[in-house]
Amino acid sequence: MCFRLPIWLQKTENDVVTRSILTATRVNDGVHLIATGAWTATQAVEIERAIEAQVAGGERARSITLDMAGVESFDTYGAWLLKRLQAAFRDRGQDFQITALPERYRGLQQDVEHLAIEEAKTSPSTWSPTDALEFVGRWVSDAWRQLVAFVEMLGALSLALLWAMRRPGSFRWTSAVHQLDRVGLRAVPIILLITFLIGGIIAQQGFFHFRKFGADEYVVDMVGILVLREIGVLIVAIMVAGRSGSSYTAELGSMKMREEIDALRTMGLDPVHVLILPRVLALVIALPLLTFIGSMAALYGGGLVAWVYGGMSPEIFIARLKEAISIEHFKVGIIKAPFMALAIGVVAAVEGLKVKGSAESLGLQTTTSVVRAIFLVIVLDGLFAVFFASIGM
Amino acid sequence: MQEAAGAIAVRVSDLVVAFGDHVVLDHLNLDVRRGEVLGFVGGSGSGKSVLMRTIIGLIAKKQGSVEVLGVNLDRANDHELKAVERRWGVLFQQGALFSSLTALQNVQFPMRENLRLSDRLMREVALAKLAMVGLTARDADKMPSELSGGMTKRVALARALALDPELVFLDEPTSGLDPISAGDFDELIRTLQQTLGLTVFMVTHDLETLRTVCDRVAALADGTVISIGDMSAMLRSQHPWMQAYFQGKRAHVLARSPVTMGA
Repeated sequence: MCFRLPIWLQKTENDVVTRSILTATRVNDGVHLIATGAWTATQAVEIERAIEAQVAGGERARSITLDMAGVESFDTYGAWLLKRLQAAFRDRGQDFQITALPERYRGLQQDVEHLAIEEAKTSPSTWSPTDALEFVGRWVSDAWRQLVAFVEMLGALSLALLWAMRRPGSFRWTSAVHQLDRVGLRAVPIILLITFLIGGIIAQQGFFHFRKFGADEYVVDMVGILVLREIGVLIVAIMVAGRSGSSYTAELGSMKMREEIDALRTMGLDPVHVLILPRVLALVIALPLLTFIGSMAALYGGGLVAWVYGGMSPEIFIARLKEAISIEHFKVGIIKAPFMALAIGVVAAVEGLKVKGSAESLGLQTTTSVVRAIFLVIVLDGLFAVFFASIGM
Repeated sequence: MQEAAGAIAVRVSDLVVAFGDHVVLDHLNLDVRRGEVLGFVGGSGSGKSVLMRTIIGLIAKKQGSVEVLGVNLDRANDHELKAVERRWGVLFQQGALFSSLTALQNVQFPMRENLRLSDRLMREVALAKLAMVGLTARDADKMPSELSGGMTKRVALARALALDPELVFLDEPTSGLDPISAGDFDELIRTLQQTLGLTVFMVTHDLETLRTVCDRVAALADGTVISIGDMSAMLRSQHPWMQAYFQGKRAHVLARSPVTMGA
């Protein structure tokens, strides 16, 4: 297939020089108008202008005749403007007659003449102080509804999980494994790359600044603790929210748009059980695994930078790492992962089911899903930090 | 049968379309005369929609040529191609309305892109087009997701007709409509065809539509046009598929005498 230029790059052939479309001659107390040329869409602007000029100029005429014999082509646009011309004169009580309209155009002219359209009701848009209050009120009630929807989805998921535990045969194992492959296995390369780089960058910054104090070996403490407790899980969760949360929302949203979810319901199947539970469960399983892989990659990146940039041999790095970190640090990071996964999954499902009929709404909900999920991930991380500090972990 | 070039709106010669090894259209020839309503029939999956989409340039062909309104689409440059595209309108099977625009904005869209019009005229003509297909100003501000199936088809038809095309392609215009709406739609297409002098290329399964609206009917089977002519020629055809189609259980509507539709 040939390549086509976008419309705005092409020349339009609207720019045709036109002859006079309406010529007026005065006869006694009336006006005789002669129409010529093409009364079609491409000439609509010129015709409209000519009509307005004639309507303004012919104010005192008692009767107007319009000779359409010279019209070369005629379409709905011409017919509509003709109707407008006729209406303008007749509304002022002037006599208006159309003569010699070619036979082949008469059907269209009559059809258009009998069309009635309602005039636009322009509602005056004025701003009042109550609008601001209304906006705030709507925002608050919206936020409340978000929370309720989130909790509802969490409840529905718990019920579906209980049901699946009582009857494991009814759980969609195939779907769950497929989703696990999509959100888990296929995410590994990008997660490895990003966390490896982040680990390296932290180590490089550490060496650059700590060297001034001769505290080179504390870089290992910083990399180890930071990666295991915070950065590993946070980076991975944010990546997964952007990668998998968005795709969940888009999938569920387009299923909603095409009434697939309604179809499931009418077959006596619960969309939460069939679609959402396997997806969320896959996410809850995948995120801790990805966090582990990501953390290891970050430590590896840190170690590599320590060797190449900081001149610290791998043996020293590993020995130092052994002293600096304990299993506690690792636990703190990994415990957070499933909770973050749950938040991402629930938000993605809630937003997906909110999609309405339009493509625009699908895009909007997908964006909202990612933004909310990342926000929740960070809020959760903060809450966990408070919690772990208070239990001394 | 070769006819004068000016009298032909669409000429398809020796068209071959294949997806991989699967040949859908096999050396197909078809002429659509100017000013006629051509109904195109064929079993599900026989390639009716593929033919329509190939003519309007959405599917690449392996071989053959397509000439629309006197322009060979393979040899046309971008400028000529765009000029031809402005002279045809397409009604897709599902309507293909832009879901983020209202019904009125959907109809205005081709006008806004292709014509220089005042806002007032654009609004008025778009509302007039909607009124022509039987919709009111109240429906005009609805979003596509709020429209019923019949209304969606009507808005899509209004959009296809927005630029006053000479040729319209309709892909199953009455499918999914109730018989009353389908009947109204048939009548509407006939009226518009007569008042606007349209050439209509219509893919349809609706026997009632074929009987009341179409001047000629073409049947597609085995990748090629097996028969073309008016309804009585279709009924006389000896091809087994044609006999099954036009004399099957659901074809009893054809037994009635042809109805003449008022303009």
